[in-house]
Amino acid sequence: MSALLATHGLAAFYGDFQALFGIDFAIHAGEAVGIIGANGAGKSTFLKTVTGLLPAAPERIVFDGRPIGGLPAAAIVRRGIAMVPEGRRLFPSLSVEENLLIGGYAKRAGPWTPARVYELFPALRELRALPGNALSGGQQQMVAIGRALLANPRLLICDEISLGLSPLVVQGLYQTLPAMMREGLTVIIVEQDVGLAQRTTSRLYCFQEGRVSLQGASSELTRTAISAAYFGSTAA
Amino acid sequence: MIGWIDTVLQGVMLGGLYALFAMGLALMFGVMRLVNIAHGDFIVLAAFLAIGVALGVQITPALIVLVVLPVMLAVGYGLQRGVLNRTLGKDILPPLLVTFGLSIVIQNVLLEAFSADSRSLSAGGIETQSLRIAGDLAVGWLPLLTLVAALALASGLEWLFGRTRLGRAFRATSDDPEAAALQGIDHRHVYALATAIAFGVVTVAGLFLAMRTTVAPSDGPAYLLYAFEAVIIGGLGSFWGTLVGGLVLGVAQGIGFRFDPGWGILVGHLVFLAVLLVRPQGLFPRTRD
Repeated sequence: MSALLATHGLAAFYGDFQALFGIDFAIHAGEAVGIIGANGAGKSTFLKTVTGLLPAAPERIVFDGRPIGGLPAAAIVRRGIAMVPEGRRLFPSLSVEENLLIGGYAKRAGPWTPARVYELFPALRELRALPGNALSGGQQQMVAIGRALLANPRLLICDEISLGLSPLVVQGLYQTLPAMMREGLTVIIVEQDVGLAQRTTSRLYCFQEGRVSLQGASSELTRTAISAAYFGSTAA
Repeated sequence: MIGWIDTVLQGVMLGGLYALFAMGLALMFGVMRLVNIAHGDFIVLAAFLAIGVALGVQITPALIVLVVLPVMLAVGYGLQRGVLNRTLGKDILPPLLVTFGLSIVIQNVLLEAFSADSRSLSAGGIETQSLRIAGDLAVGWLPLLTLVAALALASGLEWLFGRTRLGRAFRATSDDPEAAALQGIDHRHVYALATAIAFGVVTVAGLFLAMRTTVAPSDGPAYLLYAFEAVIIGGLGSFWGTLVGGLVLGVAQGIGFRFDPGWGILVGHLVFLAVLLVRPQGLFPRTRD
């Protein structure tokens, strides 16, 4: 079975600085795969490259059998990859409802409508007329997830959803994951919280200094192995 | 007393023209933080295109719009897509320099094509007709139409920005271009559409200008200044604010002219400076960021 998204020897640069050194990554349709790693390990760079915010050689990133490396971000969304960006990045000039609607800008067909998102996150329904940045962190994250869902993606990427939110709120957000995956979504979850990543995904990649330092089934990776891959061999 | 009412009334009419000047500038700045130094020159360019068409064929101003508008929309889209998009970035200087250069180019091309003579556009007779309101109080049909056009464009742009898919894309891109790209919004195309629409407004402004008065190739920078002042007075909250900014500037100039024909422009500038001093965010500032 061929992967929905695969990268082969993916490298990325910020000017002269190389941030990724040959990342091999694959996710199959219907999977939930986690990416963990310390700050600066290259997780965000990897996501930026996959979503088209950073340049890449075309054949290094293959989505649904076609090379997408280096395509403009807007074109990649139209192919079916949506991201919940780190820090949520709601549009302050837009109301909650408008923030959701703009997620559907690419006009991809699919199961997600604003009504479905309000079913998934009932708290948003009565907040729909407020500006996006008037909400609590957890509510903003709901809007950011809903916005990404309305793109009706095949692959949803969640970048650090738990950042800055209380454990209870994070738990609530992750409880909606099965409902999303029942609609046929494939999900990449980037997390600082290793335990959370292990519980919510079937496979894990650990990044360290721009390389994949460990990968395997989430339930089979031991704490020691992860710790070594996370902090580097010297710390293990 | 009737004299003062008349002064304010005529000032409001003039303000309608300034609001037309200002809305295109406000639109481009609002969407992409781009200050188009050549804005006034594009108004003059639109005016001369219309005058050129009128020289070639005998048609009414309404029909001239149908010729000039598509040309200016295409110029706006092409200019943004081909030139100005490349100047946008963290550094605010390149777009200023490039549009400053464009300003000089446009003035000289117009000078070459039309000579330094002042010209105007015939409005088919309505420029000399007026509407009597009461007693000695009357407004010209043309200034009244200009004000109506400004009102219509302000409400049209408010609707576009507030209620449509494209308007949401404008606001989202203005907030955060990278996050907008992640929603499938191609900022190069969206910016080009914004400039095309701004140039549509510029065309309307240029036509009303050429019907109201004479224009010469070197007039552009003065109109840029009026547009800029109206935008700053109005604040960047809405196109209604820009409209009010234009009206305030028009009334200020009108009152100045009443004191002394040499003072009108100066009083306009002084009111602008006063607003900048007392309320630098303008009368109707942005509230949501």
